[in-house]
Amino acid sequence: VNFRGYRRRDGRAGTRNHVLVFPTVICAASVAEMVSREVPGTVSVSHPHGCGHMGKEKDLVVRAMAGFCGHPNVAGVLLVGLGCELITPELIAAEIVKSGQRFEVVSIQAEGGTTAAVAKGKKLAEKLLEEASAASRGPVDISEIILGTNCGGSDTLSGLTANPALGFAADRLVAAGGTVILSETPELIGAEPVLERRAASETVRRRIREITAATEAIAMKAGVDMRGSEPSPGNIEGGLTTLEEKSLGAVLKGGTSAVRQVVDYAERPAEKGLVVMDSPAHDAVCNTAMIAGGAQVIVFTTGRGTPLGAPTAPVIKVSSNNRIFKSMKENIDINAGDIIEGKETIQSVGEMIFREIIEVASGKKTRAELLGHAEFAIHTLGLNV
Amino acid sequence: MQALVLSPDDNVATAVQDLAPGVIITIDSTAINLLEPIPFGHKLALRDIRRGEDIIKYGEVIGRATAAIKKGAHVHVHNVEGRRGRGDLA
Repeated sequence: VNFRGYRRRDGRAGTRNHVLVFPTVICAASVAEMVSREVPGTVSVSHPHGCGHMGKEKDLVVRAMAGFCGHPNVAGVLLVGLGCELITPELIAAEIVKSGQRFEVVSIQAEGGTTAAVAKGKKLAEKLLEEASAASRGPVDISEIILGTNCGGSDTLSGLTANPALGFAADRLVAAGGTVILSETPELIGAEPVLERRAASETVRRRIREITAATEAIAMKAGVDMRGSEPSPGNIEGGLTTLEEKSLGAVLKGGTSAVRQVVDYAERPAEKGLVVMDSPAHDAVCNTAMIAGGAQVIVFTTGRGTPLGAPTAPVIKVSSNNRIFKSMKENIDINAGDIIEGKETIQSVGEMIFREIIEVASGKKTRAELLGHAEFAIHTLGLNV
Repeated sequence: MQALVLSPDDNVATAVQDLAPGVIITIDSTAINLLEPIPFGHKLALRDIRRGEDIIKYGEVIGRATAAIKKGAHVHVHNVEGRRGRGDLA
Protein backbone atom coordinates (compact mmCIF):
# COMPACT_ATOMS: atom_id res chain seq x y z
CA VAL A 1 0.00 0.00 0.00
CA ASN A 2 1.26 3.48 -0.91
CA PHE A 3 0.65 7.00 0.28
CA ARG A 4 1.60 10.10 -1.69
CA GLY A 5 4.54 11.86 -0.07
CA TYR A 6 7.50 14.16 -0.73
CA ARG A 7 10.84 12.43 -1.30
CA ARG A 8 13.69 14.32 0.41
CA ARG A 9 17.44 14.49 -0.27
CA ASP A 10 18.31 12.06 2.55
CA GLY A 11 15.90 9.45 1.17
CA ARG A 12 13.23 9.98 3.81
CA ALA A 13 9.63 10.81 2.86
CA GLY A 14 7.54 13.71 4.13
CA THR A 15 3.77 14.04 4.43
CA ARG A 16 3.87 17.85 4.32
CA ASN A 17 5.94 20.47 2.48
CA HIS A 18 6.42 23.22 5.07
CA VAL A 19 8.80 26.16 5.09
CA LEU A 20 9.67 26.60 8.76
CA VAL A 21 10.91 29.83 10.38
CA PHE A 22 12.67 28.58 13.50
CA PRO A 23 14.22 30.66 16.30
CA THR A 24 17.13 28.77 17.87
CA VAL A 25 16.82 31.00 20.96
CA ILE A 26 13.91 32.78 22.64
CA CYS A 27 15.53 36.18 21.90
CA ALA A 28 14.84 35.51 18.20
CA ALA A 29 11.27 34.22 18.68
CA SER A 30 9.53 37.51 17.90
CA VAL A 31 11.65 38.16 14.80
CA ALA A 32 10.85 34.63 13.59
CA GLU A 33 7.15 35.27 14.14
CA MET A 34 7.33 38.66 12.32
CA VAL A 35 9.06 37.04 9.34
CA SER A 36 6.49 34.26 9.19
CA ARG A 37 3.64 36.77 9.34
CA GLU A 38 5.16 38.68 6.40
CA VAL A 39 5.55 35.51 4.32
CA PRO A 40 2.19 33.72 4.20
CA GLY A 41 2.58 29.99 3.67
CA THR A 42 5.43 29.66 6.17
CA VAL A 43 5.08 28.38 9.73
CA SER A 44 7.00 29.51 12.79
CA VAL A 45 7.27 28.28 16.36
CA SER A 46 7.99 29.98 19.66
CA HIS A 47 9.81 28.47 22.66
CA PRO A 48 11.71 29.69 25.74
CA HIS A 49 14.97 27.79 25.05
CA GLY A 50 18.35 28.22 23.39
CA CYS A 51 20.45 29.63 26.23
CA GLY A 52 21.73 28.47 29.62
CA HIS A 53 21.47 24.74 28.93
CA MET A 54 24.22 22.50 30.32
CA GLY A 55 25.45 18.99 29.65
CA LYS A 56 22.74 16.46 28.86
CA GLU A 57 20.08 19.14 28.60
CA LYS A 58 22.03 20.98 25.91
CA ASP A 59 22.39 17.69 23.99
CA LEU A 60 18.66 17.04 24.34
CA VAL A 61 17.58 20.52 23.17
CA VAL A 62 19.99 20.45 20.20
CA ARG A 63 18.77 16.95 19.24
CA ALA A 64 15.12 18.06 19.44
CA MET A 65 15.70 21.27 17.43
CA ALA A 66 17.84 19.56 14.79
CA GLY A 67 15.40 16.65 14.45
CA PHE A 68 12.51 19.09 14.11
CA CYS A 69 14.22 21.42 11.58
CA GLY A 70 15.75 18.59 9.52
CA HIS A 71 12.43 16.73 9.37
CA PRO A 72 11.15 15.39 6.02
CA ASN A 73 7.89 17.36 6.43
CA VAL A 74 10.05 20.51 6.22
CA ALA A 75 11.11 21.49 2.69
CA GLY A 76 13.33 24.29 3.95
CA VAL A 77 14.05 26.08 7.21
CA LEU A 78 15.04 29.65 8.05
CA LEU A 79 17.05 29.51 11.28
CA VAL A 80 16.80 32.76 13.23
CA GLY A 81 19.31 33.62 15.96
CA LEU A 82 20.42 36.57 18.04
CA GLY A 83 24.21 36.23 17.90
CA CYS A 84 25.37 35.60 21.47
CA GLU A 85 23.23 32.54 22.30
CA LEU A 86 24.35 29.04 23.25
CA ILE A 87 22.36 27.29 20.54
CA THR A 88 23.09 29.27 17.37
CA PRO A 89 21.57 28.81 13.93
CA GLU A 90 25.03 27.61 12.82
CA LEU A 91 24.99 24.83 15.45
CA ILE A 92 21.63 23.52 14.23
CA ALA A 93 22.66 24.04 10.59
CA ALA A 94 25.74 21.87 11.14
CA GLU A 95 23.44 19.03 12.23
CA ILE A 96 20.76 19.30 9.54
CA VAL A 97 23.19 19.83 6.66
CA LYS A 98 24.25 16.19 7.18
CA SER A 99 20.88 15.06 5.80
CA GLY A 100 20.99 17.63 2.99
CA GLN A 101 18.28 19.79 4.51
CA ARG A 102 17.78 23.15 2.78
CA PHE A 103 18.35 26.02 5.23
CA GLU A 104 19.11 29.73 5.49
CA VAL A 105 20.35 31.72 8.48
CA VAL A 106 19.67 35.19 9.82
CA SER A 107 21.07 36.68 13.05
CA ILE A 108 19.70 39.82 14.66
CA GLN A 109 23.00 41.27 15.95
CA ALA A 110 24.76 40.71 12.61
CA GLU A 111 21.92 42.45 10.74
CA GLY A 112 21.88 45.39 13.14
CA GLY A 113 18.50 44.97 14.82
CA THR A 114 14.93 43.79 14.49
CA THR A 115 13.87 45.67 11.36
CA ALA A 116 16.87 44.68 9.26
CA ALA A 117 16.71 41.05 10.48
CA VAL A 118 13.02 40.80 9.57
CA ALA A 119 13.71 42.33 6.13
CA LYS A 120 16.52 39.88 5.42
CA GLY A 121 14.53 36.98 6.89
CA LYS A 122 11.59 37.85 4.67
CA LYS A 123 13.73 37.66 1.51
CA LEU A 124 15.25 34.33 2.56
CA ALA A 125 11.89 32.82 3.55
CA GLU A 126 10.40 33.88 0.20
CA LYS A 127 13.26 32.15 -1.59
CA LEU A 128 12.75 28.95 0.46
CA LEU A 129 9.02 29.07 -0.21
CA GLU A 130 9.58 29.39 -3.95
CA GLU A 131 11.95 26.41 -3.94
CA ALA A 132 9.52 24.35 -1.84
CA SER A 133 6.73 25.01 -4.33
CA ALA A 134 8.66 22.98 -6.91
CA ALA A 135 8.36 19.80 -4.85
CA SER A 136 5.58 17.37 -5.68
CA ARG A 137 4.06 14.26 -4.17
CA GLY A 138 4.81 10.79 -5.44
CA PRO A 139 4.02 7.22 -4.36
CA VAL A 140 5.73 6.11 -1.14
CA ASP A 141 5.30 2.71 0.50
CA ILE A 142 3.52 3.00 3.87
CA SER A 143 6.38 1.07 5.46
CA GLU A 144 8.15 4.48 5.42
CA ILE A 145 5.58 5.98 7.77
CA ILE A 146 6.67 6.66 11.33
CA LEU A 147 3.46 7.10 13.30
CA GLY A 148 3.55 8.96 16.60
CA THR A 149 0.84 8.03 19.11
CA ASN A 150 -0.36 10.23 21.93
CA CYS A 151 -3.31 10.49 24.28
CA GLY A 152 -4.38 13.55 26.19
CA GLY A 153 -7.33 14.52 28.32
CA SER A 154 -8.04 10.83 28.86
CA ASP A 155 -11.15 9.39 30.46
CA THR A 156 -11.81 5.76 31.35
CA LEU A 157 -13.34 5.22 27.93
CA SER A 158 -9.99 6.10 26.29
CA GLY A 159 -8.74 2.68 27.37
CA LEU A 160 -11.92 0.96 26.14
CA THR A 161 -12.50 2.60 22.75
CA ALA A 162 -10.06 5.10 21.21
CA ASN A 163 -6.79 3.59 22.48
CA PRO A 164 -7.46 -0.04 21.50
CA ALA A 165 -8.82 1.19 18.12
CA LEU A 166 -5.60 3.16 17.57
CA GLY A 167 -3.73 0.03 18.69
CA PHE A 168 -5.50 -1.92 15.94
CA ALA A 169 -4.34 0.66 13.34
CA ALA A 170 -0.83 0.61 14.84
CA ASP A 171 -0.71 -3.18 14.45
CA ARG A 172 -1.83 -2.82 10.81
CA LEU A 173 0.98 -0.33 10.12
CA VAL A 174 3.60 -2.50 11.84
CA ALA A 175 2.40 -5.54 9.86
CA ALA A 176 2.91 -3.45 6.68
CA GLY A 177 6.51 -2.77 7.70
CA GLY A 178 5.98 0.68 9.23
CA THR A 179 7.07 2.20 12.52
CA VAL A 180 4.91 3.17 15.51
CA ILE A 181 6.15 5.25 18.45
CA LEU A 182 4.59 4.66 21.87
CA SER A 183 5.69 7.36 24.29
CA GLU A 184 4.65 9.25 27.46
CA THR A 185 6.86 7.46 30.01
CA PRO A 186 4.75 8.36 33.11
CA GLU A 187 1.91 6.52 31.39
CA LEU A 188 3.97 3.36 31.12
CA ILE A 189 4.30 3.21 34.94
CA GLY A 190 2.20 0.29 36.12
CA ALA A 191 1.94 -1.18 32.63
CA GLU A 192 5.53 -2.51 32.54
CA PRO A 193 4.45 -6.19 32.76
CA VAL A 194 2.38 -5.79 29.57
CA LEU A 195 5.30 -4.24 27.64
CA GLU A 196 7.97 -6.50 29.11
CA ARG A 197 6.08 -9.58 27.89
CA ARG A 198 6.40 -8.13 24.37
CA ALA A 199 10.02 -6.91 24.60
CA ALA A 200 12.02 -8.10 21.58
CA SER A 201 15.24 -8.34 23.59
CA GLU A 202 16.64 -8.29 27.10
CA THR A 203 17.99 -4.78 26.41
CA VAL A 204 14.50 -3.52 25.56
CA ARG A 205 13.08 -5.16 28.71
CA ARG A 206 15.76 -3.54 30.89
CA ARG A 207 15.38 -0.12 29.22
CA ILE A 208 11.58 -0.12 29.79
CA ARG A 209 12.21 -0.67 33.53
CA GLU A 210 14.96 1.98 33.54
CA ILE A 211 12.90 4.76 31.96
CA THR A 212 9.82 4.19 34.13
CA ALA A 213 11.99 3.93 37.27
CA ALA A 214 13.75 7.20 36.37
CA THR A 215 10.43 8.99 35.91
CA GLU A 216 8.96 7.50 39.10
CA ALA A 217 12.13 8.57 40.96
CA ILE A 218 11.27 12.23 40.24
CA ALA A 219 8.14 11.88 42.40
CA MET A 220 9.92 9.77 45.02
CA LYS A 221 12.81 12.24 45.37
CA ALA A 222 10.42 15.19 45.64
CA GLY A 223 8.31 13.34 48.20
CA VAL A 224 5.14 13.98 46.23
CA ASP A 225 2.25 11.82 45.08
CA MET A 226 2.18 11.64 41.29
CA ARG A 227 -1.64 11.54 41.45
CA GLY A 228 -3.03 14.98 40.71
CA SER A 229 -0.46 15.33 37.93
CA GLU A 230 -0.84 11.74 36.71
CA PRO A 231 -3.73 11.09 36.58
CA SER A 232 -4.64 14.77 36.17
CA PRO A 233 -7.68 16.32 37.88
CA GLY A 234 -9.61 16.01 34.60
CA ASN A 235 -8.62 12.34 34.25
CA ILE A 236 -9.87 11.66 37.80
CA GLU A 237 -13.13 13.49 37.15
CA GLY A 238 -13.51 11.28 34.07
CA GLY A 239 -13.27 8.17 36.25
CA LEU A 240 -9.56 7.26 36.16
CA THR A 241 -8.52 6.40 39.72
CA THR A 242 -4.80 5.58 39.68
CA LEU A 243 -1.69 6.03 37.58
CA GLU A 244 -1.58 2.27 36.97
CA GLU A 245 -5.11 2.31 35.58
CA LYS A 246 -4.33 5.23 33.29
CA SER A 247 -1.13 3.55 32.06
CA LEU A 248 -2.80 0.20 31.32
CA GLY A 249 -5.32 2.04 29.16
CA ALA A 250 -2.67 4.28 27.57
CA VAL A 251 -0.34 1.54 26.32
CA LEU A 252 -3.19 -0.02 24.33
CA LYS A 253 -2.70 2.72 21.72
CA GLY A 254 0.64 1.18 20.70
CA GLY A 255 -1.08 -2.05 19.69
CA THR A 256 0.10 -5.55 20.46
CA SER A 257 3.36 -5.84 18.48
CA ALA A 258 6.76 -6.71 19.91
CA VAL A 259 8.66 -3.70 21.32
CA ARG A 260 11.75 -3.47 19.09
CA GLN A 261 13.64 -0.56 20.66
CA VAL A 262 13.56 2.08 23.40
CA VAL A 263 14.85 5.47 22.23
CA ASP A 264 15.67 8.68 24.08
CA TYR A 265 13.66 11.89 23.88
CA ALA A 266 13.61 13.13 20.24
CA GLU A 267 15.94 10.31 19.11
CA ARG A 268 15.35 8.78 15.69
CA PRO A 269 14.47 5.06 15.92
CA ALA A 270 16.95 2.70 14.24
CA GLU A 271 14.39 -0.12 14.23
CA LYS A 272 11.07 -0.46 12.46
CA GLY A 273 7.99 -1.85 14.18
CA LEU A 274 6.82 -0.71 17.62
CA VAL A 275 9.32 1.57 19.39
CA VAL A 276 9.04 3.17 22.84
CA MET A 277 10.28 6.77 23.22
CA ASP A 278 11.24 8.15 26.65
CA SER A 279 9.32 11.43 26.99
CA PRO A 280 7.20 13.26 29.53
CA ALA A 281 3.47 12.81 28.99
CA HIS A 282 2.99 16.58 28.43
CA ASP A 283 1.12 16.52 25.12
CA ALA A 284 3.06 19.17 23.18
CA VAL A 285 6.43 18.15 24.67
CA CYS A 286 5.77 14.57 23.59
CA ASN A 287 4.43 15.43 20.10
CA THR A 288 7.51 17.58 19.45
CA ALA A 289 9.79 14.71 20.52
CA MET A 290 8.10 12.17 18.24
CA ILE A 291 8.22 14.59 15.29
CA ALA A 292 11.89 15.36 15.99
CA GLY A 293 12.44 11.59 16.05
CA GLY A 294 11.02 11.40 12.52
CA ALA A 295 7.26 10.86 12.95
CA GLN A 296 5.45 12.35 9.91
CA VAL A 297 1.92 11.71 11.25
CA ILE A 298 0.51 11.65 14.78
CA VAL A 299 -2.71 10.07 16.00
CA PHE A 300 -3.94 11.56 19.25
CA THR A 301 -6.78 10.07 21.30
CA THR A 302 -8.82 12.14 23.73
CA GLY A 303 -11.65 11.61 26.17
CA ARG A 304 -12.04 15.07 27.62
CA GLY A 305 -11.29 16.79 24.30
CA THR A 306 -8.14 18.65 23.26
CA PRO A 307 -7.50 20.82 20.20
CA LEU A 308 -3.70 20.23 20.07
CA GLY A 309 -1.86 20.26 16.76
CA ALA A 310 1.77 20.57 15.67
CA PRO A 311 3.51 23.14 13.43
CA THR A 312 4.87 20.73 10.84
CA ALA A 313 3.03 17.42 11.23
CA PRO A 314 -0.64 16.48 10.97
CA VAL A 315 -2.27 15.40 14.24
CA ILE A 316 -5.35 13.17 13.78
CA LYS A 317 -7.70 13.46 16.75
CA VAL A 318 -9.77 10.44 17.88
CA SER A 319 -12.48 10.93 20.52
CA SER A 320 -13.18 8.14 23.00
CA ASN A 321 -16.84 9.00 23.65
CA ASN A 322 -19.85 10.46 21.84
CA ARG A 323 -20.31 13.32 24.29
CA ILE A 324 -17.02 14.98 23.47
CA PHE A 325 -17.44 14.18 19.77
CA LYS A 326 -20.69 16.19 19.87
CA SER A 327 -19.48 19.05 22.06
CA MET A 328 -16.04 19.49 20.38
CA LYS A 329 -16.88 18.20 16.93
CA GLU A 330 -14.73 20.76 15.09
CA ASN A 331 -11.63 19.40 16.84
CA ILE A 332 -12.23 15.69 16.24
CA ASP A 333 -11.33 13.74 13.08
CA ILE A 334 -12.64 10.30 14.07
CA ASN A 335 -15.05 9.22 16.80
CA ALA A 336 -14.49 5.93 18.62
CA GLY A 337 -17.44 6.50 20.98
CA ASP A 338 -19.83 4.40 18.90
CA ILE A 339 -17.91 1.31 20.03
CA ILE A 340 -19.65 1.67 23.42
CA GLU A 341 -23.04 2.02 21.69
CA GLY A 342 -22.32 -1.23 19.86
CA LYS A 343 -22.64 0.58 16.49
CA GLU A 344 -18.94 0.16 15.74
CA THR A 345 -16.22 -2.22 16.90
CA ILE A 346 -12.61 -1.70 17.92
CA GLN A 347 -11.66 -3.29 14.59
CA SER A 348 -13.98 -1.14 12.46
CA VAL A 349 -12.83 2.13 14.06
CA GLY A 350 -9.23 0.86 13.94
CA GLU A 351 -9.62 0.32 10.20
CA MET A 352 -11.04 3.85 9.85
CA ILE A 353 -8.00 5.27 11.68
CA PHE A 354 -5.64 3.25 9.47
CA ARG A 355 -7.28 4.58 6.30
CA GLU A 356 -7.25 8.12 7.71
CA ILE A 357 -3.50 7.86 8.40
CA ILE A 358 -2.89 7.06 4.72
CA GLU A 359 -5.19 9.85 3.48
CA VAL A 360 -3.72 12.42 5.86
CA ALA A 361 -0.18 11.30 4.97
CA SER A 362 -1.16 11.93 1.33
CA GLY A 363 -2.29 15.50 2.01
CA LYS A 364 -5.77 15.48 3.56
CA LYS A 365 -5.81 18.16 6.25
CA THR A 366 -6.67 17.29 9.86
CA ARG A 367 -9.08 19.31 12.02
CA ALA A 368 -6.10 20.67 13.98
CA GLU A 369 -4.48 21.86 10.72
CA LEU A 370 -7.69 23.43 9.43
CA LEU A 371 -8.17 25.30 12.72
CA GLY A 372 -4.54 26.48 12.77
CA HIS A 373 -3.28 24.57 15.81
CA ALA A 374 0.52 24.48 15.93
CA GLU A 375 1.61 23.81 19.52
CA PHE A 376 5.32 23.27 20.15
CA ALA A 377 7.31 22.58 23.33
CA ILE A 378 10.66 20.98 24.18
CA HIS A 379 11.47 18.99 27.33
CA THR A 380 14.22 20.21 29.66
CA LEU A 381 16.04 18.42 32.47
CA GLY A 382 16.43 21.26 35.00
CA LEU A 383 20.05 21.62 33.88
CA ASN A 384 19.93 25.30 33.01
CA VAL A 385 21.31 28.41 34.66
CA MET B 1 -24.90 -1.59 27.37
CA GLN B 2 -24.59 -0.28 30.93
CA ALA B 3 -21.15 -1.41 32.10
CA LEU B 4 -18.09 -3.17 30.69
CA VAL B 5 -15.80 -5.81 32.20
CA LEU B 6 -12.45 -6.06 30.39
CA SER B 7 -10.96 -9.28 31.73
CA PRO B 8 -12.36 -12.33 33.55
CA ASP B 9 -10.02 -11.59 36.50
CA ASP B 10 -11.40 -8.07 37.03
CA ASN B 11 -13.24 -7.15 40.23
CA VAL B 12 -14.51 -3.85 38.81
CA ALA B 13 -16.62 -2.85 35.78
CA THR B 14 -16.71 0.52 33.97
CA ALA B 15 -20.07 2.30 33.63
CA VAL B 16 -20.70 3.39 30.05
CA GLN B 17 -23.68 5.55 31.02
CA ASP B 18 -24.71 7.41 34.16
CA LEU B 19 -26.18 4.75 36.46
CA ALA B 20 -28.53 5.52 39.36
CA PRO B 21 -28.61 3.82 42.78
CA GLY B 22 -31.17 0.99 42.95
CA VAL B 23 -30.61 0.05 39.33
CA ILE B 24 -29.86 -3.64 38.93
CA ILE B 25 -27.37 -4.46 36.19
CA THR B 26 -26.53 -7.92 34.94
CA ILE B 27 -22.95 -8.85 34.15
CA ASP B 28 -22.15 -12.41 33.08
CA SER B 29 -25.55 -13.51 34.46
CA THR B 30 -24.75 -12.02 37.87
CA ALA B 31 -27.18 -9.34 39.10
CA ILE B 32 -25.58 -6.35 40.76
CA ASN B 33 -27.67 -3.91 42.75
CA LEU B 34 -26.08 -0.47 42.52
CA LEU B 35 -25.67 1.11 45.94
CA GLU B 36 -24.83 4.64 44.79
CA PRO B 37 -24.69 6.75 41.62
CA ILE B 38 -22.00 5.58 39.20
CA PRO B 39 -21.14 8.40 36.77
CA PHE B 40 -20.38 7.64 33.12
CA GLY B 41 -16.80 6.34 32.86
CA HIS B 42 -16.49 5.52 36.55
CA LYS B 43 -16.07 2.07 38.12
CA LEU B 44 -18.32 -0.15 40.24
CA ALA B 45 -17.43 -3.20 42.36
CA LEU B 46 -18.45 -6.58 40.91
CA ARG B 47 -18.17 -8.24 44.33
CA ASP B 48 -17.35 -7.36 47.93
CA ILE B 49 -13.72 -6.21 48.12
CA ARG B 50 -11.77 -6.28 51.41
CA ARG B 51 -9.67 -3.35 52.63
CA GLY B 52 -6.11 -3.81 51.29
CA GLU B 53 -7.22 -6.10 48.46
CA ASP B 54 -5.95 -5.50 44.91
CA ILE B 55 -8.25 -3.77 42.45
CA ILE B 56 -8.04 -5.61 39.12
CA LYS B 57 -8.89 -4.08 35.72
CA TYR B 58 -7.57 -5.14 32.27
CA GLY B 59 -6.54 -8.29 34.23
CA GLU B 60 -3.80 -6.23 35.92
CA VAL B 61 -3.46 -4.53 39.32
CA ILE B 62 -4.51 -0.87 39.19
CA GLY B 63 -4.26 -0.20 42.95
CA ARG B 64 -5.53 -1.38 46.33
CA ALA B 65 -8.68 -0.81 48.35
CA THR B 66 -8.23 1.68 51.20
CA ALA B 67 -11.60 0.68 52.67
CA ALA B 68 -13.96 -2.27 52.42
CA ILE B 69 -15.97 -1.89 49.21
CA LYS B 70 -19.44 -3.45 48.87
CA LYS B 71 -20.59 -5.12 45.67
CA GLY B 72 -22.36 -2.45 43.60
CA ALA B 73 -20.50 0.45 45.23
CA HIS B 74 -18.64 3.27 43.44
CA VAL B 75 -14.91 2.46 43.16
CA HIS B 76 -12.73 5.54 42.88
CA VAL B 77 -10.18 7.75 44.65
CA HIS B 78 -12.20 7.71 47.92
CA ASN B 79 -11.66 3.97 48.41
CA VAL B 80 -8.73 3.05 46.13
CA GLU B 81 -5.13 4.23 45.97
CA GLY B 82 -2.36 3.56 43.48
CA ARG B 83 1.00 2.21 44.59
CA ARG B 84 3.16 3.78 41.90
CA GLY B 85 4.62 7.28 41.84
CA ARG B 86 3.85 7.60 45.55
CA GLY B 87 6.69 9.87 46.69
CA ASP B 88 4.40 10.99 49.52
CA LEU B 89 4.88 7.54 51.09
CA ALA B 90 8.64 7.38 50.48
